[in-house]
Amino acid sequence: MAWGPPPARVVIVGAGQGGFQAAASLRQEKFEGEILLIGAEEGLPYQRPPLSKAYLKSGDAEALNLRPAAFFEKNDVTLRPGTRVTSIDRDAQRVQAGGSEIPYDHLILATGTSNLRPTIEGLDRALDLRTLVDAQRLRVAMEDAERCAVIGGGFIGLEFAAVARGLGRRVIVAEASDRLMARVVSPEMSARFADKHCEIGTELALGRTVTSVSSGGIAFDDGTEMPADLVLLAAGVRPNDDLAREAGLACDNGIVVDATLLTADPAISALGDCAAFPDPRTGRMVRLESVQAATDHARAVARRLVHGTEDPYAAVPWFWSDQADWKLQITGFGRPQDDSVRTENGAILRFDGEVLSAVETVNDAKTHMKSRRLMAAALTDPGAGLVRDRLASVGYDLLAL
Amino acid sequence: MIKVTYIHPDGSEETVEGREGDSVMSTALAQGVDGIVAECGGSMMCATCHCHVDPDWTDRTGARKDGEEDMLESAASPVDEFSRLSCQIKLTPELDGLRVRLPEEQV
Repeated sequence: MAWGPPPARVVIVGAGQGGFQAAASLRQEKFEGEILLIGAEEGLPYQRPPLSKAYLKSGDAEALNLRPAAFFEKNDVTLRPGTRVTSIDRDAQRVQAGGSEIPYDHLILATGTSNLRPTIEGLDRALDLRTLVDAQRLRVAMEDAERCAVIGGGFIGLEFAAVARGLGRRVIVAEASDRLMARVVSPEMSARFADKHCEIGTELALGRTVTSVSSGGIAFDDGTEMPADLVLLAAGVRPNDDLAREAGLACDNGIVVDATLLTADPAISALGDCAAFPDPRTGRMVRLESVQAATDHARAVARRLVHGTEDPYAAVPWFWSDQADWKLQITGFGRPQDDSVRTENGAILRFDGEVLSAVETVNDAKTHMKSRRLMAAALTDPGAGLVRDRLASVGYDLLAL
Repeated sequence: MIKVTYIHPDGSEETVEGREGDSVMSTALAQGVDGIVAECGGSMMCATCHCHVDPDWTDRTGARKDGEEDMLESAASPVDEFSRLSCQIKLTPELDGLRVRLPEEQV
C-alpha cells in the first residue's frame, strides 16, 4: 500500500487494553487528527488481568482504570463508553453505533473476545468472568458461597480457584481435557500445577465433561453430581469477529490481518485478542489472548498510521498467570504437540522441531526475562540460532547463553 | 495523603498526592503524570514503570523486591543503583515528599 498522509479521523472499536493503547500510542506518535474510542462497556477503559486476581480480593474497581478521565481530555481522545457498534459500511467508510452513523478515515477493530458457551444444560445459572460487571457479580456471589465449581481449567478458572481457596471456599475445577491449561503449557507444567492446586486443597476433575448446571451444583456425563453454591464458566473464549465478518472481511479464528495488522481493506486494521495475524517466528496465522499482543499490536498500528512504517510486526509473545503463590511466566508459545525439556532449575523449554518455541517458568523472573531477550534477538537474527543442539550444549541453561 | 514529586527527563516537576498503600506507579497514572506506562498493571511482568528514586529517599523506599532486579534488566532506558519499578514502591506516611526521576523511555 502506498503511504499517503495520516488519516484525519481514526475510529477505534473496542476500548479494552488494545483499543486504549491504540489511542494513547497515536497521540504519542504525534497523530494530530481526531480519535474516537468506542467501548461497549460503561466507564473508563480498564485492565482485565486483575479481575481474576487482585480485584477479586480487594474489590477496588478504581485501581483497574488504565488512565483517569482527565487523560482522555488532555490527549483529545473522544471516549464513547456504553456504545455498541452494530455494522460497518466499508464503501461509505462509516460505522453504525447507537443509532448514529460515525464516519472514519481509518478504522481499528479491537473488539476482543467473548466467553465460549459450551452446550451445558442450565448454563445460564453459571457466572462469567470477563468484564468488570462479571467480576463485581462474582465477588458478591462468593461472599455467601461455601462451595465453588469452576467449569474450565485454564488461566482464568485456575486463578479464580486459587483466590477462592485462599478465602477458605471449597473448590472443584472441572476440565474436559485430561490436563490443566492444555492449550498453552507443556504436559509437565500442567502436572506441576495440578499438584499445586491439589496441595492447596482444590479438587480437580480432569477429563470430565460437565453436562448440566442446577441450583444444587454441577453434573457430569457419567451421571455423578457435585454440589456447588456458585458455578463459574471459564471454558475459553471466541474472538468477537462478527462485525468484521458481516462487513465481508476474512475471518478465520479471528479477523485476518497481514504482517502489518491491516485487513484486506486498507482503511481497516485489527489488533489484540480479536485478530489472527502471521506469527513472526513461523509465519503461521495465530491469535493470542494477551495484554502483550494487544499493546504491541496497538503501537505497531499507530506507527504505521502516523509514519507509514510498514515493518512487519515482530514482537515475542509473553504471558503470565498468578495462581496462589506461583507466578507462571511464558515466553513464546508452544503447540500442544511441541516437545518439552525440563532444565535443572525447573524451567521448561519447548521445541517446535529443532527450534525453541516457548519457555515456561514458575517464580523465576530471571530466566523468563532472559528468554524474552534471547527470543527477541532470534527473531531479528535467525542466525542467533535457538536450536536444540546449541541449547543442549549448555545444559539448556538459558542464563549460560 | 502522601505527596510524591515526579521529575521528568526535561527537569520539569509534578507533585501529586497519593493514598497510603497505593504504589508510586498507580499514583502517577491516577493523577495523570506522563512518563509511566505500566503495561502489566503492576504484576512485575514488564519494566515500563521504571523510575530512579532520589538518593535522599532510597533508605526509606528500601531494597528492590524479589524479581524486580531481573525485570529492570530489560528496562528501555539505562538502569542505575537508584532504579526501581515504581509499581513495587508502596506509599507509606514516611514516604511523604518522595521524589522520583522518570527515564527518557519506558518502551
